[in-house]
Amino acid sequence: MKFSRIFAIVLRQFYLMRGSMSRILPMFVWVAIDMVLWGFITRYLNSIVGGGFNFVPVMLGAVLLWDFFARVMQGVTMAFFEDVWSRNFLNIFAAPLSIGEYVSGLVLSSVATSSVGLIVMLVLAGAVFGLSFLSYGIALVPFLAVLFLFGIALGIFASAVVLRLGPAAEWFIWPIPPFLSPFVGVFYPLSTLPRWMRYIAHLLPPSYVFEGMRAIVQGKPFSAALLFWSGTLAAVYILLACRFFIRIYHHAVNTGLIARYSAESVS
Amino acid sequence: MNSNVLAVKELHKEYREIVAVDGVSFDVGRREIVGLLGPNGAGKTTTINMILGVLKPTSGTVMIEGLDIAAHRRRALERTNFAAVYAPLPGNLTVYENLRIFGLIYGVKKINERIEVLLRQFDLMKFRDTKCGVLSSGEQTRASLAKAMLNNPNLLLLDEPTASLDPATASEIRGKIREFAAQTAGGILWTSHNMYEVEEVCDRVLFLSRGKILLEGNPKTLPGEHGKKTLEELFIAVAREPLKLESD
Repeated sequence: MKFSRIFAIVLRQFYLMRGSMSRILPMFVWVAIDMVLWGFITRYLNSIVGGGFNFVPVMLGAVLLWDFFARVMQGVTMAFFEDVWSRNFLNIFAAPLSIGEYVSGLVLSSVATSSVGLIVMLVLAGAVFGLSFLSYGIALVPFLAVLFLFGIALGIFASAVVLRLGPAAEWFIWPIPPFLSPFVGVFYPLSTLPRWMRYIAHLLPPSYVFEGMRAIVQGKPFSAALLFWSGTLAAVYILLACRFFIRIYHHAVNTGLIARYSAESVS
Repeated sequence: MNSNVLAVKELHKEYREIVAVDGVSFDVGRREIVGLLGPNGAGKTTTINMILGVLKPTSGTVMIEGLDIAAHRRRALERTNFAAVYAPLPGNLTVYENLRIFGLIYGVKKINERIEVLLRQFDLMKFRDTKCGVLSSGEQTRASLAKAMLNNPNLLLLDEPTASLDPATASEIRGKIREFAAQTAGGILWTSHNMYEVEEVCDRVLFLSRGKILLEGNPKTLPGEHGKKTLEELFIAVAREPLKLESD
């Protein structure tokens, strides 16, 4: 792998961003709206429930972590969609760029864009609603790492789906985070879920993060082994997503999909 | 150094029961411009896509500078570049931004100097910071050609590079491409439907019909060899009666 080629994909994203407010604003506007909305909801809940229970680290913290995961996934897919929208596949895939370099470029682009969103959320949640991430302790680092890894895995998987099914399949991709959220227990313990949903939840790394976050806030013990397991699971999903992307790419090269990729479905 | 920059052997592509390219073999030498001609659907673009590694042949081999594209895709493509009317540069980036990004991807050394040379060569200085999407067809073609020459390719593939250009701009573009062929050790594979252009530019032509090469030769002498006055007449005969020519 050559870093200059990976850098080219990141640089392309930077060039697109710097000249386009419609690309810059979504990086932090939606997460800022979520922070303000859920910040006021948690304040309201604190005022009516009373009893000293603080909803801020449980609910606002959960929204922040979930938004971070969704931004990471969208960071990968948005960078990929730029090639879909500008019909750039032929230029990209007929160049001496390996799939590993291309996907690494998408991932690094996502690191940059999701970091902006994370910083905005941390500042807003801390400064306006008093959310202190010190309350999560050192566990915050692995929490973010697991969500980041799983977001990357889903982003690569989603990009492969669009490569296979065509630009119209973009609309399958946006609902993925909201579709997963009931299973991973963003706002409630997994014990709330029916058994069949819990089986699925145990296969999703973010479930362990939100369970761990709630345990820490409530002062209950939390298994570091489970957190390690969720990180391993997320890493396995990245490998599987990369294999899936490569498989779809080879299918596209066999069938001529890349050469014929156009504005409409090519399936 | 290989005498040929491109060697295509028994290239075959089938989509289920449709045969798009049927056992095509040819080569392109150094400083040679080879025209790949044929009616719509003859298999020209399919052949070019297989040479570029974006379409896997059902069978056959493509060697670029002695490197098999199937086994050494990246190394082979480092020595190759292309411009096609259906693959414009992303319209949401400026000419400079596009050239810089593709320069990095193609591993161009002294990239800024190379971009400045190409901007001057293709008369794009005043469009340096203009988004490609708002350029005219001729300007977009010049930008695509600048990208195609970024890495001084040994093999340059041009799929209808002058389509939709006015005669003056097309003539200017032809001049730039000929200049490139004369100044480098590279070879060019060129497709076009403009027979006047082909006769002017190409050293050799290959007539493709229904996925097969029917004729090959010098564009200036080939029509006479087949009882036709012009290359255009020969083209029409190939398009209308390929079987007759095949049996000749």
